[in-house]
Amino acid sequence: MEPIISVNNVSMRFNLAQEKTETLKEYTVKFLKHQLFFNEFYALDDVSFTIQQGESVALIGRNGSGKSTMLKVIAGVMYPTKGSVQANGSIAPLIELGAGFDMDLTARENIYLNGAVMGHDRAFMDEHFDSIIDFAELREFVDVPVKNFSSGMVARLGFSIATEVKADILICDEVLSVGDFMFQQKCQKRMERMLSGGTTLLFVSHSLPQVKKLCTRSIWLDHGHKRADGPTEEVCEQYTAAMEKGEA
Amino acid sequence: MTNSMVASWRRFQKYKPLIHELVGRDLKVKYRRSFLGYIWSILNPLLMMLLQSIIFSYMFRSNIPNFPLYLICGNTLFTFFNEATNMGMNSVIQNAALIKKVYIPKFIFPLSRVVSCFVTMSFSLAAIIVVMIVTKSPFYWTLLLCWLPLVFLFMFSCGLALLLSALTVYFRDMQHLYGVLTLGWSYATPLFYPIEALPDSIIPLMKLNPMYHYINLFRNLVMYGNIPGPNTWFANIASAVVSLALGLWAFRKMQKNFILYI
Repeated sequence: MEPIISVNNVSMRFNLAQEKTETLKEYTVKFLKHQLFFNEFYALDDVSFTIQQGESVALIGRNGSGKSTMLKVIAGVMYPTKGSVQANGSIAPLIELGAGFDMDLTARENIYLNGAVMGHDRAFMDEHFDSIIDFAELREFVDVPVKNFSSGMVARLGFSIATEVKADILICDEVLSVGDFMFQQKCQKRMERMLSGGTTLLFVSHSLPQVKKLCTRSIWLDHGHKRADGPTEEVCEQYTAAMEKGEA
Repeated sequence: MTNSMVASWRRFQKYKPLIHELVGRDLKVKYRRSFLGYIWSILNPLLMMLLQSIIFSYMFRSNIPNFPLYLICGNTLFTFFNEATNMGMNSVIQNAALIKKVYIPKFIFPLSRVVSCFVTMSFSLAAIIVVMIVTKSPFYWTLLLCWLPLVFLFMFSCGLALLLSALTVYFRDMQHLYGVLTLGWSYATPLFYPIEALPDSIIPLMKLNPMYHYINLFRNLVMYGNIPGPNTWFANIASAVVSLALGLWAFRKMQKNFILYI
């Protein structure tokens, strides 16, 4: 069977010097000193893996190991410097909840806007409107501008919209830590239900218990390299062992 | 080539609702919390026209017949062009948060801004009708064709907005420079003076200004009931097509690295 996600020799290079070169004067000085293209930093270095449909895969690793970059490359937000990524299916990105919200608009208006960001039209969103609002538990606040929401409310609305429509691939970056305990439980239940419905999950989290609960397979990224790839129990054990040894 | 064009078209179809929502948002946010709301789209050009016709009729002794109508025709088009390119230019930077998190075809941002300015301008056309009625200007049948220069101008503005929005990601200085540029451009366009007022040596230069041609065509259709010769049409269509092609080409080329700079 053809894999639903295939990542082939992906490298992602950031140019740290470039980021700082903002003004013409600095640019010229650096150019003359031939420093312009120094300080290259590889967030991902020649990473390959494939994911089959229905798998639930976690990316684990320390801060700055390239997990989020990997998700963004798969979601099509970033283009890899080298290599290629193929995703055969619709993607629901949960990279940052409420990223597409316009703070001046109300919750109602933002639901339509956010739905359109994911490529759904008005009629389609009309059908799903009620269940989105109910899941987010925001019925009283439908016509309040989002800028007056608490961060938990924004996250709830974002999660509710992104997971309302069944996508083939769910990309999830450390978002389950939002909301109160009750809501977290609700989110987890909904994700489990999506998984049993055949959705492929790609999950980033620092919480190993959560990883163990949701994912059968884990990929350990270390400084942009793939360090291990296998059943969650084994990889997590290796990872914990390495961390306990105090290895960077 | 054809394959990638078909793919682009499909993607465009898929994201049509998004353009719709973004335009709706722009319009809602624009007049939110103002008492008169959309009426401002008509009132604003009228007030501008009144102000300018008072000032300019004292300053210059121009012999343009129906000066108020002459003014508002030029101003409506130029204001649209100015607003559309300015807002389009900043659209990619302003939507950085979204571009960093979700995959969306990026040309949607400048495009939706130009569309929302176009919608605002269509409301302003009512102001032109008001002026025509008040000044008892005759209604020619050519008025029915007045959407043609508007469509050409729309294409021209789209192209320029795409180009500018891509450039601005790399050179933020564009934002500051462009204000000066459009001011110069507005003086270089016969908005409140007739082209005949210019010295003969400059008139050929003026013909290189696309804005002159759009406004000229528009005024001919609205004010004089006159369909101009092929040269004007050619200038209109050519500048629109060239600008759009150039904008799309440049934007496609530059968009891949936006994420690293915004």
